[in-house]
Amino acid sequence: MSGSTKQRIGGFLARQGILVAFALFMIGFTLANQRFLDPDNVMGVIRSSAILGVMALGVTFVVISGNLDLSVGSMMSFSTIVVLDLHDKIGPTLAIPAMFAMTLCLGAFIGFLVGYLKLNSLIVTLGMLSAIHGLTLTYSGGQNMDIADKANTWFGVFGQGNIVGIPVPILLFALLAAILGMMLSKTPFGRKVYAVGGNGTAATFSGIRRARVVFSCYLISAFCVATAGLIQASRSLGSQNTVGQGLELEVLAAVILGGASLLGGSGTIFKTVIGVLILGFIQNGLLLVGLQFYVQYVVTWIIIILAVWLDIAAKRGKLWSPIA
Amino acid sequence: MTEQIPALRLEGIVKTFPGVRALDGVSFSVLPGEVHALMGENGAGKSTLMKVLGGIYQPDDGRIIVNKMPAVMTSPLEAKAKGIVFIHQELSLAEELSVAENIYLGELPRKRFGLVDWTKLEAQTNEILARLKVGFDAKTRVGDLSIANQQMVEIARALTVDSKAVIFDEPTASLTDAEKVVLFDVIADLQKAGVGIIYISHRMEEIFKITDRISVLRDGQYRGTLKTAETNEEEVTQLMIGRKLDLSRNVRHHELGRVALEVRDLSCGELFRDVSFEVRSGEVVGFYGLVGAGRTEIAETLFGLRDPSAGTILLNGEEVRIHSPADAIAKGISLVPEDRKGQGLVLGMNCRDNMTLPQVDDLKAGPFVAEGSEIAIFDQYRDKLDIRTPGWKQIVGNLSGGNQQKIVIGKWLSMHPNVLIVDEPTRGIDVGSKSEIHNLIRDLAAQGYAVIVISSEMPEVLHVSDRIIAMYSGQITRTFTAEEVTEDNLIQAISGIGGSDRAA
Repeated sequence: MSGSTKQRIGGFLARQGILVAFALFMIGFTLANQRFLDPDNVMGVIRSSAILGVMALGVTFVVISGNLDLSVGSMMSFSTIVVLDLHDKIGPTLAIPAMFAMTLCLGAFIGFLVGYLKLNSLIVTLGMLSAIHGLTLTYSGGQNMDIADKANTWFGVFGQGNIVGIPVPILLFALLAAILGMMLSKTPFGRKVYAVGGNGTAATFSGIRRARVVFSCYLISAFCVATAGLIQASRSLGSQNTVGQGLELEVLAAVILGGASLLGGSGTIFKTVIGVLILGFIQNGLLLVGLQFYVQYVVTWIIIILAVWLDIAAKRGKLWSPIA
Repeated sequence: MTEQIPALRLEGIVKTFPGVRALDGVSFSVLPGEVHALMGENGAGKSTLMKVLGGIYQPDDGRIIVNKMPAVMTSPLEAKAKGIVFIHQELSLAEELSVAENIYLGELPRKRFGLVDWTKLEAQTNEILARLKVGFDAKTRVGDLSIANQQMVEIARALTVDSKAVIFDEPTASLTDAEKVVLFDVIADLQKAGVGIIYISHRMEEIFKITDRISVLRDGQYRGTLKTAETNEEEVTQLMIGRKLDLSRNVRHHELGRVALEVRDLSCGELFRDVSFEVRSGEVVGFYGLVGAGRTEIAETLFGLRDPSAGTILLNGEEVRIHSPADAIAKGISLVPEDRKGQGLVLGMNCRDNMTLPQVDDLKAGPFVAEGSEIAIFDQYRDKLDIRTPGWKQIVGNLSGGNQQKIVIGKWLSMHPNVLIVDEPTRGIDVGSKSEIHNLIRDLAAQGYAVIVISSEMPEVLHVSDRIIAMYSGQITRTFTAEEVTEDNLIQAISGIGGSDRAA
């Protein structure tokens, strides 16, 4: 192979590597198992990706603004447990807004620490991952939370319902993706998120109140987490304290897979949705070819590494370079 | 005999960057025991040349010859090994380490098992320090030293190797007069030891005091070498700027408006004290002073990036308090910052989005950004400022420095500010775009803007300003009108000389 052809292929892989890898996976799974592209299976994958997807939408804002949110997994457990507990105490109509308010408070707290106090988001949200877990356990007393009368509540609609034949979780995911996608790409606020993540100093010098933008991103993230918690609680009408554990990394994987840079300033909601679907299909495919579910953890990690590598490679247009 | 063999010779050095020919066939040589001044305006190619010499850039063409031997410098380490040593303006010392560790960093004397031989290290270091007659010893933590003494550590580092040539880059920028005397003694010692010295400075007085010959660069080209004893400031300046020093003072053809900005007794901690001045609409006021004199800090305070510790700011006669850039912008103060890439632009964003960033909240169609109005604004200022870009979608990071600067200027002009502050308007911008930006600043004044220009380049300040405010060490030393300013009295005012002229 001539040097220039090799270079061109390398450059193409660097730019489109994720899609190439995804296509290869899809072809492989389809050959290995006929059911993979079955409409029922496809719909199933999308539905089970909805919770992850809703969370990834919010984290996309945080990542584009140049920060991280590792607390979304345990925050989702918190929302789920709280809404289930309040369901029996004050009824679903009040429980849902109460749960949203409490989750938004957590988001506001993180946003305050990272935005206004300018603390490192990795440290803050890593700490919150653990702190919120503790908060959830304290709240529940360590017990699983169940709705007492599962037969007679309309609460299951968010997780189990169908509207015109489409599962409600998918509709919620699609609706949120559309709204947040518009918000990010079309509104002044969205523009400011990109500016703050692209060059926070220049954004400040342009009169953008950086702290306020970062704060808002964490609020959006918390809102998405609350929605995810609602779907999760509604789907099973009962939950363990650890239901969201580990999701923070999967969410981050989906966002990076979609092409948002961890350095901030780039990424889109559309790409994140693609990232979520890639992750969902790959995990589903692994199960269909007969691997145990825990293989997913390893594969997810490999995908993250691959995505980060290709992100850097795309920037320099080469798969490998002696200098950064 | 040795006088005839240059310690260091450059032959036809060429270095190009995309769009710029930074060095265009530069040749000159430094004899052993000679102090050779390298002069040129900012952007003339001095620092590029030094980076080629130091192995940071590879020349596209030309040769470097050290003691008759052609030398290829591929890294700073290699340059040092070949006896080329740099004393940088910006110090590169590890503050937490001792003087001795810094001096021998990377080549600490070893004992058995690879352990550091502290006794030997200390003895060697103190020997060198004795030669420099400094008042600190090998064990002192570098972070505890004054800037001047830190510079001595850098020089001590130069003495540890068998140097053929030592390059001093603006060494006196942060030194007091007493410290300068010590520095000049050290240079004289090096000279006696037969080392060739390249001395880069803007300060004519020093150049004529200590150098033997002067080489001049302009626009990346070598313009000639003069014997210091046989030339004068005028001739050197003429070589540097390529014309007689007429300074082409700006002539104002329009009337000044009312006072747009007035500052009374403004102070900000130790950064600047009791600063008072006013700027009228239609007027360009230049701030000139050395780095660290407080010019940029005043701009940052006016723009809400720093809180003043005392004093008042009046805009159109009304007292205002400014707590953030958003505040300043709302009140009509705009800042084109010093660091274009770090502070002025989001490099990964496109031209349009950068230009409309401060007013994106005001350009709305329903809840969304009115992209049509944005494009209209971009087009208007692209034409007005002659920004050369394929279109608004172009990523700003891909533009040339001059066009980037115009985007920043356009960003503020499109908001029609009362006061426009421009900090280092042409830093890192090629010569052609420079004069365009200068003309632009004059035009803005003619249109009635009140403009403050902060610059380290004297020709620039002289060229664009109606009045010039000279600063020294956090204070205004003198205000000149365009008619009364001369290069000499301006230099005196920024060097803290000429106390009799000092304003109250």
